[in-house]
Amino acid sequence: MTVLRTPGGLSVRIRPRALAVGAGAALLAAGLGLVAVGSGDYPMGPADVLRTLTGGGTPAEQFIVTELRLPRLVTALLVGAALALAGTVFQSLVRNPLGSPDILGFTQGASTGALVVVVLGGSSLALAGAAVVGGLATGLLIYALAWRRGVHGYRLILVGIGVAAILTGVNGYLLTRAPLMDAARAVLWLTGSLDGRGWANAGPLLAVLAVLAPLVLVGCAPALRMMELGDDTASALGVPVRRLRLVLLAAAVLLVSFAAAAAGPVSFVALVAPHVAKRLTRAPGPNLLPSMAVGAALLVGADLLAQRAFTGHQLPVGAVTGVIGGGYLVWLLAVERRAGRL
Amino acid sequence: MHPGSTRLGGTALTLAYDRRTIAEDLTVAVPDQSFTVIIGPNACGKSTLLRALSRMLRPSVGTVLLDGRDIHDRPARAVARTLGLLPQSSIAPDGISVAELVARGRYPHQGLLRQWSREDERVVEESMAATGVDDLADRLVDELSGGQRQRVWLAMALAQQTPLLLLDEPTTFLDIAHQIEILDLCARLHEEQGRTLVAVLHDLNHAARYATHLIAMRDGRVVAAGDPATVVTADLVAEVFGLPCRVIDDPETGTPLVVPAARRRAAEPA
Repeated sequence: MTVLRTPGGLSVRIRPRALAVGAGAALLAAGLGLVAVGSGDYPMGPADVLRTLTGGGTPAEQFIVTELRLPRLVTALLVGAALALAGTVFQSLVRNPLGSPDILGFTQGASTGALVVVVLGGSSLALAGAAVVGGLATGLLIYALAWRRGVHGYRLILVGIGVAAILTGVNGYLLTRAPLMDAARAVLWLTGSLDGRGWANAGPLLAVLAVLAPLVLVGCAPALRMMELGDDTASALGVPVRRLRLVLLAAAVLLVSFAAAAAGPVSFVALVAPHVAKRLTRAPGPNLLPSMAVGAALLVGADLLAQRAFTGHQLPVGAVTGVIGGGYLVWLLAVERRAGRL
Repeated sequence: MHPGSTRLGGTALTLAYDRRTIAEDLTVAVPDQSFTVIIGPNACGKSTLLRALSRMLRPSVGTVLLDGRDIHDRPARAVARTLGLLPQSSIAPDGISVAELVARGRYPHQGLLRQWSREDERVVEESMAATGVDDLADRLVDELSGGQRQRVWLAMALAQQTPLLLLDEPTTFLDIAHQIEILDLCARLHEEQGRTLVAVLHDLNHAARYATHLIAMRDGRVVAAGDPATVVTADLVAEVFGLPCRVIDDPETGTPLVVPAARRRAAEPA
């Protein structure tokens, strides 16, 4: 830990390792993004991509980069960062490394909202809106059901798992009610996909992230760090525990819902990114900024794989994150078990 | 502070969880610069009282006053600069070192642009030295023994630099030697640093030996309060704990020593 102090009595704490991890992951995301934007039916070298991004290149290149490929990349970066931030907040709040929105039911709620629109018929804008509403409504429901003199970690997890199970059933039912073509579209959406994402998908998520990321990173992070010591200790240190938990839960549910609206319920990024960041920074406490960078890099990398790993055959990005994330989780459990920590 | 003054106390408190009432019409005062110990049988409401005094539980009736003002009228952070609490259970995050954990006690004194002052650094070092954990500073908390860990938590509470410090059963889960070590440490903090300590203790003899002011509770009521030498009598122990006993002078300190009566049946062959 390094401390910067001014003569006026101001002091700022810097964790060089966490900073390095965050910067490294951000660079990796940018590098992968450059490759992703340059690859496809019209291949471009990184130099050409950079030149086009800075205003050069032919009109055709301009169109391909800024209208077709860049929105997809930006959506991937934002979804990865948002999911990772939400996952870190959830895991820290419930004090459980498995406390991610996929497991607590928020993702399933967003899916339910989207599927209702698929069954009833509606535009893709309505679908995105319904995903946000579904995620938020599920958040409220879980909070209300888990509330008993405040919301505590284990109750939230158990209620969340129960609600997730119910919603999975509801989602299965909705799929059977949808016309075949719509059901196929819905399944693709449920896997999580970045295909054909434009600026309209990235915009709302960017706005949400621009408001919530500073709120969480600057406003809540030090108090969240104290919350890890237990409610009683945090409260004794002057953290308004209930209010903070409510604010952070709301922020995380909003992030997950808008991420789902942009790319569908991409699995495992929220679960895995915080763990990867923690392993790399080796720092206790929620590693919010490094997690966001790792999440962004993870999703861009997974999307690159999904698009290019199998020639002539594109996968939805959720399939790749599921395979990578699931594999990582199994590996983590095996290692932690051997180390006697689980 | 003159004797008899009190910064922390509560009048006519009703304490309840949901609809379950733990205590009614409870009035307590913590004498300044005392080492106050709250005793009583299980479920008599002593930990609940400590929660109310530390702002964690809002009384359904009555007010807890800190420096003459309702403790709930002040922001949590401002209270945390005056009053500290060592709860029964705390969680040490994975992979945290002793120095980092103790440093977290500085939270109520920090801000967005005042994240780690020289003052913070000095207080953390002093707190670790006062509790004898300074040579463990770089060790991981997970690796420590129960007694060492409790001293680390105490160091964190000290780093909060509050004139009032509340301790909820600080000796639970420790063996007898470590219990005495923690209590000796508390007594020293009380004497040398002039802090007001309030502890909930299970062991009556520890309470009688270390307390300067004793509060005995039963069924959510205060049965007796005052100097242990006058409060701890055979009658009081019978009334509060339902335990027949004799009270003799502690040969080490001269404070009251409770010796439970022998059960006659125990002598009979099984």
